[in-house]
Amino acid sequence: MVSLVVNGRPQNLDVEPDMPLLWALREPLMLTGTKYACGIAQCGACTVHVDGQPVRACITPVSAVAGKRVTTIEGLSTAGDHPVQKAWIEVDVPQCGYCQSGQIMSAAALLAAKPSPTDADIDNAMTGNICRCGTYQRIRAAIHRAAVLAKGGR
Amino acid sequence: MKTQLTRRTLLKGGLAAGAGLTIGFPLLGRTPGVLAQAAGVFAPNQWLKIDRDGVVTIVNSVPEMGQGSLTTTPMIIADELDTSLDKVKVEQAPANPALYANPVTKSQSYGGSRGVRDHIEMWRKSAAAARQMLKQAAANEWGVPLETVETEPDVVIHRPSGRRLPYGQLVDKAQALPVPQDPKLKTPDQFRYIGKMVKRRDTPEKVTGRGIYGMDVQVPGMLIASIERCPVFGGTVKSFDATATRAVKGVKQVVQVSNGVAVVADSFWAALKGRRALKVEWDEGPIAQVSSATITRDYAAAAKQPGQVARNDGDADNVLAAGGKVLDAVYQVPFLEHACMEPMNATADVKADSCTIWAPTQNPGGTQATGASLTGLPPAKVTVHTTLLGGGFGRRGEQDFIIDAVETSKAVGAPVKIIWTREDDITHGFYRPATYNVFRAALDANGTPAAWFTRMVGPGILIQKGRAQAGTIDPAAVEAMRNMPYDIPNLRVEWVNKDVGIPVGFWRSVGASQNGFIVESFVDELAHAAGKDPFEYRRALLGKSKRHKAVLELVAAKANWGSPLPAGRARGCGVVFSYGSYAASVAEVSVASDGAVRVHRIVSAIDAGLAVNPDQVRAQMEGGAVYALTATLYGQITIDKGRVQQSNFHDYPMLRINEMPVVEVHILDSGEAAGGLGEPGVPSVAPAVCNAVFALTGKRIRSLPIDRNQLKRT
Repeated sequence: MVSLVVNGRPQNLDVEPDMPLLWALREPLMLTGTKYACGIAQCGACTVHVDGQPVRACITPVSAVAGKRVTTIEGLSTAGDHPVQKAWIEVDVPQCGYCQSGQIMSAAALLAAKPSPTDADIDNAMTGNICRCGTYQRIRAAIHRAAVLAKGGR
Repeated sequence: MKTQLTRRTLLKGGLAAGAGLTIGFPLLGRTPGVLAQAAGVFAPNQWLKIDRDGVVTIVNSVPEMGQGSLTTTPMIIADELDTSLDKVKVEQAPANPALYANPVTKSQSYGGSRGVRDHIEMWRKSAAAARQMLKQAAANEWGVPLETVETEPDVVIHRPSGRRLPYGQLVDKAQALPVPQDPKLKTPDQFRYIGKMVKRRDTPEKVTGRGIYGMDVQVPGMLIASIERCPVFGGTVKSFDATATRAVKGVKQVVQVSNGVAVVADSFWAALKGRRALKVEWDEGPIAQVSSATITRDYAAAAKQPGQVARNDGDADNVLAAGGKVLDAVYQVPFLEHACMEPMNATADVKADSCTIWAPTQNPGGTQATGASLTGLPPAKVTVHTTLLGGGFGRRGEQDFIIDAVETSKAVGAPVKIIWTREDDITHGFYRPATYNVFRAALDANGTPAAWFTRMVGPGILIQKGRAQAGTIDPAAVEAMRNMPYDIPNLRVEWVNKDVGIPVGFWRSVGASQNGFIVESFVDELAHAAGKDPFEYRRALLGKSKRHKAVLELVAAKANWGSPLPAGRARGCGVVFSYGSYAASVAEVSVASDGAVRVHRIVSAIDAGLAVNPDQVRAQMEGGAVYALTATLYGQITIDKGRVQQSNFHDYPMLRINEMPVVEVHILDSGEAAGGLGEPGVPSVAPAVCNAVFALTGKRIRSLPIDRNQLKRT
């Protein structure tokens, strides 16, 4: 039994302790917004926040986050209106969209740490997230836009 | 889905099944049992319905794999119907080829960038027919001539009297009217949505994690399975020992299926652990000794033999034999895997009298046929739910992952979701063919090509799949080569089918992906040999290919071709026709001292005839450039002892955001028939980059991916 807090809700999970957090979220908790794509922390599709920090859920055993606060894409905002989500909609970032939960979670963590990121900051924070559809140019534009939105800008 | 196409319906709707009509697309009449069973619903055809509350539902038959079909299809239909696009509901079509097959290919399978270009005329006619019926119903109600009524979104209006009737109030009367077979279409100046920038409908669900991909499907009682496959292509299970596997907590069953041994469990993690504990003895089959080195050797030997003649203008052999300034080159490209971000998966629930499949598939029709063939059920008993696709790129038209799910569900008697690992995905793909290509050209005294010879060696995708006859020229292998645009009086193209047994498939832009590279690189070689500017050289040879010329001129102008660049940078260009559209690129590159190529900027242009959603045209071009850059800089699947040597993103790398160039897209609105968009952005990019590398370094890249050792400065 592993106890943790997911999107603000306490959860007790009866799973093997070595099960990656990714699969604990996706299967027993049915939070399928967090995606499996590589399983070896090479692509970032499974990015979630653990106590506010971006973490690759595919290589994080669920036992390692016992007692911690996990935020997934479903919990990033209640109405899908986090500045990053709003910016993503404005710029029409996603194509297939499969990697975008992870992109958004990485971007939200970046903005929480650096409210006005430079292009170099974006490269540093986002290079771990692969997008096979090639939406990188829009991701960069949307992060800059989200930075403005987060400060109440228009 | 219960669908009975009666003879009467077919005749009424004018659908000449199988034969097709002579002009345009036949409009289906009302199809009982499809959409219009419920009273109070106006459903003049399979593409739309309107209820008494005025709610418009549009059916999208093209799977959403990122190209924007969930937005573009409704744009087209809503425009001709004249309805408020932001209010329409969109449903994904079920598998039912009789209703939803692509009218050109006659198959409910989507590839070849065919979403808009093959359907737009039919969709427009279908929606225009509906609009005309609504107008007629209102005209009848008011007792006025049809010509005096018009529409605004969701309302029929009669301006002389100021009367208005919302569509919802016309549903029953319109439903009773005959379906007009030749409705009047809007003129482009009347379009509300087509050609305008419309936001994607699927963005909100894709930024909140709510979108359901195949991987996310949940079915009550569902088990999760992972399949251990023979590492060698074509290998089979000799025997297996699942003792340790069955001891893994959560593992329910271990069953042999066509593609290997399926470990079925109550969670993916348990299935994966079960797989790791599995002992399988394989019969590795006939290609266990094939390696990349033997393939290159076989290709090179095959290139010494005459091939089938794919094009023969003038007498290239004689002109080349006469000598003069003759250039020789050999170009090679590797196998490539699609690497969709969502690994292959499918969910199936096989019962005695039904089969339900949930799949991220480009091929709903094929999926239904696979389900029917594996269960023995008639196709009508096989229901296919097409989910969102986490990338397609041609990979998801294949049936292997569908077979996995149906066979495993059938074997265990429960709904089963099959999940491939990334490693399964990379090592068991249908690869873009590796090819080997011999070039020889002769220049005349002015440097103009007098003769050009190409002999291509590689497998034929369509032939390997049994969709083209062995012994013929595979159209996919020679596209963008036999129809190359340059005006060369003596041109001979040969193709040698050399299939070593590696499974091949349709990879975003297919044959054009490699042939665009080799043609556009070799013509660049000729330009430099002639001492001419590569852009001007191409331009002079494009007299008979006006649309190629126009997009090339556009990118050259937008990229300020010929203007000075900062030290250490150079430009290259390329222009390729594929999938109904003309695309050109100018790349600006630099090369680091370790030989690493950096692409700073790509200026691209596309003439797709009609740009239905210009911002999504740009998105496809941006994405196509990235797909091409990954192939140019990194993409390479190699084979050793019949096995793929790469397995995941650490050894099959993708372009990442820190390497992303600025991509500028220019749309050339030619007013021609709609062309494709998903693929045409790819082929011109690799040659533009490699030609820029040559301009900068004098090193000609004749093999992909670019080998940085070749460019290292000591």
